[in-house]
Amino acid sequence: MTEPLRLTVNGVESELEASPDTPLLYALRNDLGLKGTRFGCGSGQCGACFVLIDGHPAPACDTPLWGVAGKSITTVEGLGAGGELHFLQEAFLAEQAAQCGYCTSGILISAAALLLKKPRPTASEVREALDRNLCRCGSHNRMVRAVLRAAQE
Amino acid sequence: MNTVAETRLKRPGSLEKNPRLSQWLRVHRDGTVSIYSGKVEIGQGILTALAQIAADELGIALERIRMVPADTAVSPDEGVTSGSLSIEDSGVALRSACAQARALLLESAAARLAVPARDLQVADGAVQGGGRSTSFWECADDALLDREIDQTAALRSPGDYGVVGKPTPRRDLPDKIAGRPRFIQDMTLPRMLYGRIVRPPHNFAGLISLDDGKVRSMPGLAAIVRDGGFIGVLAEREEVAISAQRTLRLTTSWKEIDPPPRDVHAWLKEHAAEHRVVSEKENADVKSRAAKVLEASYTKPYISHASIGPSCAIAQIEGGKLMVWSHSQGIFNLRRDLALALAMREDAIVVRHVEGAGCYGHNGADDAALDAALLARAAGGRPVQVQWMRDDEFAWAPCGPAMALSLRAALDAHGNIVDWHHELWSNGHSSRPGRAEGPALAAAWHLARPHERPSAINIPLPAGAADRNAIPIYDFPNQRVVNHYVREMPVRTSALRSLGAYANVFAIESFMDELAQAAGIDPIAFRLRHLKDPRGRAVIEAAVRRADWNRWKPAEGRGHGIGFARYKNLGAYCAAVAEVEVGHEVRVERLILAVDVGLVINPDGVINQIEGGAVQSTSWTLKEQVKLGERGIASLGWEDYPILKFSEAPAVEVELVDRPELPAVGAGEAAQGPTAAAIANAVAHALGLRIRDLPLTHERIAAAISQST
Repeated sequence: MTEPLRLTVNGVESELEASPDTPLLYALRNDLGLKGTRFGCGSGQCGACFVLIDGHPAPACDTPLWGVAGKSITTVEGLGAGGELHFLQEAFLAEQAAQCGYCTSGILISAAALLLKKPRPTASEVREALDRNLCRCGSHNRMVRAVLRAAQE
Repeated sequence: MNTVAETRLKRPGSLEKNPRLSQWLRVHRDGTVSIYSGKVEIGQGILTALAQIAADELGIALERIRMVPADTAVSPDEGVTSGSLSIEDSGVALRSACAQARALLLESAAARLAVPARDLQVADGAVQGGGRSTSFWECADDALLDREIDQTAALRSPGDYGVVGKPTPRRDLPDKIAGRPRFIQDMTLPRMLYGRIVRPPHNFAGLISLDDGKVRSMPGLAAIVRDGGFIGVLAEREEVAISAQRTLRLTTSWKEIDPPPRDVHAWLKEHAAEHRVVSEKENADVKSRAAKVLEASYTKPYISHASIGPSCAIAQIEGGKLMVWSHSQGIFNLRRDLALALAMREDAIVVRHVEGAGCYGHNGADDAALDAALLARAAGGRPVQVQWMRDDEFAWAPCGPAMALSLRAALDAHGNIVDWHHELWSNGHSSRPGRAEGPALAAAWHLARPHERPSAINIPLPAGAADRNAIPIYDFPNQRVVNHYVREMPVRTSALRSLGAYANVFAIESFMDELAQAAGIDPIAFRLRHLKDPRGRAVIEAAVRRADWNRWKPAEGRGHGIGFARYKNLGAYCAAVAEVEVGHEVRVERLILAVDVGLVINPDGVINQIEGGAVQSTSWTLKEQVKLGERGIASLGWEDYPILKFSEAPAVEVELVDRPELPAVGAGEAAQGPTAAAIANAVAHALGLRIRDLPLTHERIAAAISQST
């Protein structure tokens, strides 16, 4: 029997009975029921599983649980406070900035990290910040507009 | 001999197959209406558009409409959600159904209030007359709608629409943007097991040996399932299933297939099995005026669907009944092929649609459903979720077919096209379930008693498949279009957004520019002189105006170009203007598109689809080709199959040419061909050199430049 692991996700501390080698992605999705973080490639190349680890966007698919001990993790579900949507999510809705929506969580995470660092980015800074995230439906421009709108509000 | 049935007019849309009113809607006492469509949400926003249509025809608020996810147990069979046909198939059917339902509800309200129907006042389902009131909800009665749709009820005219024609927010996006579980990949059922399939990341002819010694003792492993060459694993935890899959792959050996051809396009030309002349026009007088003849060959590679979320399904077998949750585009066809593969009766299987990641055609969704069902047989009644890994998706989902095209045309002394030849070589563009004798599901070909893999086929014209949009929309006095069908498939192919239209429009519109240049005529004027269709002319003129085409300022390394088509020659009209800069690589700076989809249901939905289609086509056109190696597909991850990044996405402007008096058609596949051609023409304009092979990569540009010097 492995020792329980402690994890702080969206400000809440949890104990998990999982191997320390378990990728964070599956602990979030299947142990904590936070399904907004999604599997895309398993090798950190598409961004669908991005979460904030101490404020930095990182792929949950190839981050083992032992690597996040004692760190603060924020998933898409934890971006807003008190059950409200984050202003980035409001802006994504206002711009209808999605088609299928599968990549959206990871993109919101990258955008949130950018705005923490740079509250008033230019359009090209937004594009650069989102370059680690792939979108297949071609919603890039809507999402860039949404991030710029969020930055102005 | 004519029977009554034969002479009866065919019902429009999906009504022909699903003629009962009760198949389409139910009115509830709580003031809501359930709409049953057989079409499915695949990221295109169709359920929002269909809800708008239903709300307006019933004359009630949009919020009252509940769209029921398609389910073989309760939904009308509307075939496949494909071909940009959902507005035409389901939208048309729902209009008729909802108009008749409204008329019946008004009749019932009139009887209840003892007032003639024409004297009733109706607003959002509330009915008043003779000083008393009732409502659709009070009159709701399932027996009322249990009848044939007779199409006698008057349809609303566009002037009376409330939400149709207005930008309407997508109904599924709040969940998706909040990160709430909504996708099949997010679905969890009590006691669910996680499954993965052990396939090599390349095609194979059979299993040689499997050594499961290392895996059997893995804690949490529930089962290793083997049936012939089909191998799967089941585990209590997802990461254990993945780990078992990875390990088993390393300890399994497979009989290899023959390597695919090195030059696919040359191979296609050598392996054509059928040659079909799909259009022929002859005017010998005009042909004799030919003064100059041009020829050119174009190619398109295999293209991957490359959805961000790999295919997924859930299956559960209880008491001899199979329940499947799938993001399939065709749940009824999937049910039929599952029954064939599993030797079950169709009525023992229910397939329910659950939304998945973006779908651009026949991907691995159906295959994953059989995978899950096969594993569910070993799960003792527990539900099983299977998701493919990234390399499974690249290696096993069908590709959009590679195509070779050869064009030849003759100009007269005045620069008119007097003769036109278009030949294409391609595998079929559809190997979807529900159409072949055996199941079109990957696992079925690997079982101990294997089914044969069906060859991809082509839907016949007028919609066409490999030859979709091969017949020019321009008015040429002489033309001959030939479709060379290649049955043998070095790579599994099937439908990818716009099918052959992408390559055919790329080739036709590239060639139009080459001819215009040879004739010394501006490419816009050259197109308009050969095009009578007023709707086609209107979108070309709209795009040119919006792009300020005539005030283009020439600059080193920059170019602009146009591409135009009417999708399938039956659907949406689209003209695209591209502005590019060509340095080390092609950079598309701006795309301007004008589109005519007839009546626009959801303007923002259409714009979103056109923007998305244009950006995806930019990605295909600049970057994408499935690499082949000795063992088949060699593009197995994003590093081998790069797609367009945020910093590379062009600015996109869309202008809608609204025609409320004309039937609404779909928008999802209108932009791909015109965008490719506009980019290719802009690159040729910038370089003074023509690249005829897709994608337009740095290597291709460098090769074209070195050949010219």
